Amino acid sequence: MRLGVFVCHCGVNIAGTVNVKKVVEEALKMPGVVHAEDYIYLCSQPGQELIAKAIKEKSLDGVVVAACAPSLHYETFAKVVEGAGLSRYRYEMVSIRELDSWVHIDKEAATDKAIRIIAAAVAKLAGDRHYDMIKMNVVKKLLVIGGGIAGITAALTAARMGIPVVLVEKSPTIGGKMAMLSETFPTLDCAQCILTPLMAEVARHPLIKIYTLAEVEDVTGSVGNFRVRIRVRPRGVKVEDCRLCGFCERVCPVQVPNEFNRGLNKRKAIYIPFPQAIPSAYAVDFEHCTKCGLCLKVCPTKAIDLEMRSEVIEDVVGAIVIATGYDLYPGSKVSEYRYGIQNDVIDSLQFERILSVQGPTRGEMRRPSDGRPIKRIVFIQCVGSRDVNHLPYCSKVCCMYTAKHALLFKERVPDGEAYVFYIDVRASGKGFEEFVKRAQEEAGVQYIKGRVSRIYKDRVTGDVVVEGFDLLLNREIVIKADLVVLALGMVPAIDRGLVEKLKIAVDQYMFVSEVHPKLRPVETAVPGVFVAGAAQGPKDIPESIAQSMAAAAKAAELLLRGYIEKEPIIAEVDRDRCNGCRICISICPYDAIELSEGRAVVNEAKCEGCGACTAACPVGAIQLRNYRNEQALKMIEAVLTVR
Amino acid sequence: MWRPRIVAFFCKWCAGAAAEVAGVSRMHYDPSVIPIIVPCTGRVSPEMVMHAFLNGADGVLIGGCHTPNDCHYIAGNFKAFKRIYMLRKLLQQAGIEPERLRIEWISATEAVKLVRVVNEFSETIRRLGPLGGKHA
Repeated sequence: MRLGVFVCHCGVNIAGTVNVKKVVEEALKMPGVVHAEDYIYLCSQPGQELIAKAIKEKSLDGVVVAACAPSLHYETFAKVVEGAGLSRYRYEMVSIRELDSWVHIDKEAATDKAIRIIAAAVAKLAGDRHYDMIKMNVVKKLLVIGGGIAGITAALTAARMGIPVVLVEKSPTIGGKMAMLSETFPTLDCAQCILTPLMAEVARHPLIKIYTLAEVEDVTGSVGNFRVRIRVRPRGVKVEDCRLCGFCERVCPVQVPNEFNRGLNKRKAIYIPFPQAIPSAYAVDFEHCTKCGLCLKVCPTKAIDLEMRSEVIEDVVGAIVIATGYDLYPGSKVSEYRYGIQNDVIDSLQFERILSVQGPTRGEMRRPSDGRPIKRIVFIQCVGSRDVNHLPYCSKVCCMYTAKHALLFKERVPDGEAYVFYIDVRASGKGFEEFVKRAQEEAGVQYIKGRVSRIYKDRVTGDVVVEGFDLLLNREIVIKADLVVLALGMVPAIDRGLVEKLKIAVDQYMFVSEVHPKLRPVETAVPGVFVAGAAQGPKDIPESIAQSMAAAAKAAELLLRGYIEKEPIIAEVDRDRCNGCRICISICPYDAIELSEGRAVVNEAKCEGCGACTAACPVGAIQLRNYRNEQALKMIEAVLTVR
Repeated sequence: MWRPRIVAFFCKWCAGAAAEVAGVSRMHYDPSVIPIIVPCTGRVSPEMVMHAFLNGADGVLIGGCHTPNDCHYIAGNFKAFKRIYMLRKLLQQAGIEPERLRIEWISATEAVKLVRVVNEFSETIRRLGPLGGKHA
C-alpha cells in the first residue's frame, strides 16, 4: 500500500487552529502512508497539480485529502485523482475545517482531532477498492407537478428540447396564480397578455400531455425510472366536445363563491375559471353540483357527462420538476386586521382581481361591501411576513406588488388617496427602486413607516378606520379608508403527502430544500427531482421563470444523455459465506435483495447503499462496498489508538 | 487534564450535514468527540459500537435523521434505534453505564442541537470518568 495524505491550510481557516505541520508529521507514521504534505490551498490549480504530481512521482495507490467539507470539494479532488490515473474510490476526503478548525478554539485539541479524523480515513482507504460505475437507462420523459408559470415554463423548456412532458395540475386550468394578476411589476405589462400565449403553446405542443384536476398519488422507483400514479378527478365535460358556448352556465341553478376571483363574486357549479383557461372547456364542480340535469338538456354538443368517474393514469418518467407554487398566508390568522370579517379588508390577490378588467368589478375601483367607488385606500405591508408570531421570513414580492397596486390605483382614480404602511421597503431588483420612487414621487402615494394597530368599521359611514403609528413623525395616525389591502405573506402550497411520496427534504415552513443553496439551486435531495418557482421560496415571476428554465435544463442534462451512471457503492454478497438466513432481505428498505439458489443476491439498480444489511448480517457475508465491516472496525481502532 | 475519547457516528445526510452547518456558522463545541461519517445510522452495527468501547472509547454517540420520515434510506434510523436500545441493556449487564451510549436525531438544519448534544454528551462522559480507568 502506498498512500498519500494531503493537508490543506485553507489560508488560515484550518492552519490558524490546526497545527498542519504536526498533522503531516503524524500522518507519515500511519500504516501504509508513504507521502504526506500540506499546502495553503489544495483546491487551487497549483494545489491540485501538487497532488497529481505526488501520485505520479511517489507511485501512490491511494490518497486522503483533509480539507474542507466533501460536499464542497469531493468532486474537485476526485477529478484530480482520476486525472492522475487513480480510481476515485482509492481516494477519501475528510473535513478538518467544518468539523474541526471552525468549531474549536483549543489548538492542541483541534490538532489532535484532525490527526484522528485523518487516521480513520487512512484506515478506511486501506480497504477501499475500485468499482466500475453502474450504468442504467433513463426514460426520456419529464413529469412537471404544478401548472403555474413555473410549471408551464419548465414544461415548455423541456418540450422545446424534444423531451415528452406530463404536466399535472390540481385545478381545472393551468395558469396558476399569475393568471389572477392584473399587471406585473416593474414594467406594468398585463399578466394575461404575457401568460396566455404560453398556455396556448403548452396546449398545442405535441410533446406535452396536460392532466388538469389531477394529483400525483404515488411515486416509486428512482432517478431515470420513476413510476408515477396520477389520479385525475372527473371534469364532467368532454374537453374535445365543449364549444365554450356557455349555455350550461346560464341554466345552472347553483351559485358558489368564485375561487378565481377569491370569493369576490359567485360562479355556477358548471364553470370555466376564466375565458382563456387551458384546457379550453367547462368543468363541473361535483362538490356543489346537484345533478339536476338542466345543463345536459341545453348542451348542443352533448359534451356534459355527470356520471364521469375519476381515472388513474400510470406512467414512467425519468425526472420530476416540482412547481407547486404558493398560497397566501391565511389572512384570518392575523386577527387584528379583521380579514374575512370586514368585507372591505381584502388580500392582495383580491385587489388584483378588482384591478383586472375581467374581474368582478370589470376593473372599476369599487369596494366589495356596497360597490361604492374607492377614493381612499390603505395598503398594509408585511401581513404575516417578518412577524415572529406568523412567518419569520420576508415574502420578498409584497413591497413591489404593493407599489404596483398603489400606482395602478392612482392611475385609475387620479384624485384618490393611497397610503402604504411599511416596515422597510425592499426594492432590490432591476428597475425596482425606480418603480417605488415612481409610485411615491410621480403618483403621490403616501408611504408611512409604521404598523397598524387596529382596524374597525365606522358604523355611520361604512368606512374602514385604520389606526396606526407613524414612526418617522412619531405620532399616531388615523385614516378613514374605503378599502384596506393586506399584503399577505407567501406560504408554500405543496402538501405534506406529496413531500412524503417524493421523499424530498423541506424546511420548517415546507419550502422545498435545494441540495446546495448556491451551487445547486434547483436540485432536491432526491436525484432526478428538481424544484422551480415559489415551491422553493418566495419569488417573483422573472425569478420563477429563470429557475424553471434551470430546472428543465438540469432535467434535460439527465434525460437527453439517455443513461445514468450510478455510484457502485452498493452491497455485495460473498456467496461462499452466505447461509441464506434472509435477515438482509427482511431489513432491506428497497427490496433490493432476493434469494437465488439459497444465497442472497443484490439487485444493482435497486440498492441505494445504506448498509443496513451489512450491519445485520450474522456471518458477514453481505458487505457495503468500501464500508466493509473490517474497514469500519479499522477506522474505529485508528481513531482511538493512533496516538 | 484527562480528555475523554468519544467516537461519534454521524450519518452523512442529517447529523453529518448539521455538523457542517455548525462549522460554517462557527459554533464552538467540545473537541473530544471524533466524528466518523457513515452513510446511514442503519449501517452502524452493534459490533462497531462494542469495538469502540473495547479500543478505549469512553463514550459512543450516534447522530441520525429524525424519525419517522427523515431517513434518506427510509428507516435506517429505526434500525439504529433498536440496536442501540438493545446495546444499552447489554452494556448495563456488563457493568458499563448505559449513558456512555447515546443516540440522537439531528436534522441537517439543527446545528444548534448538534452542538448541544455533543456538549451535553461530553459533559456526561467527563462526569462518568474514563471507562475502566484506562486513560486516567
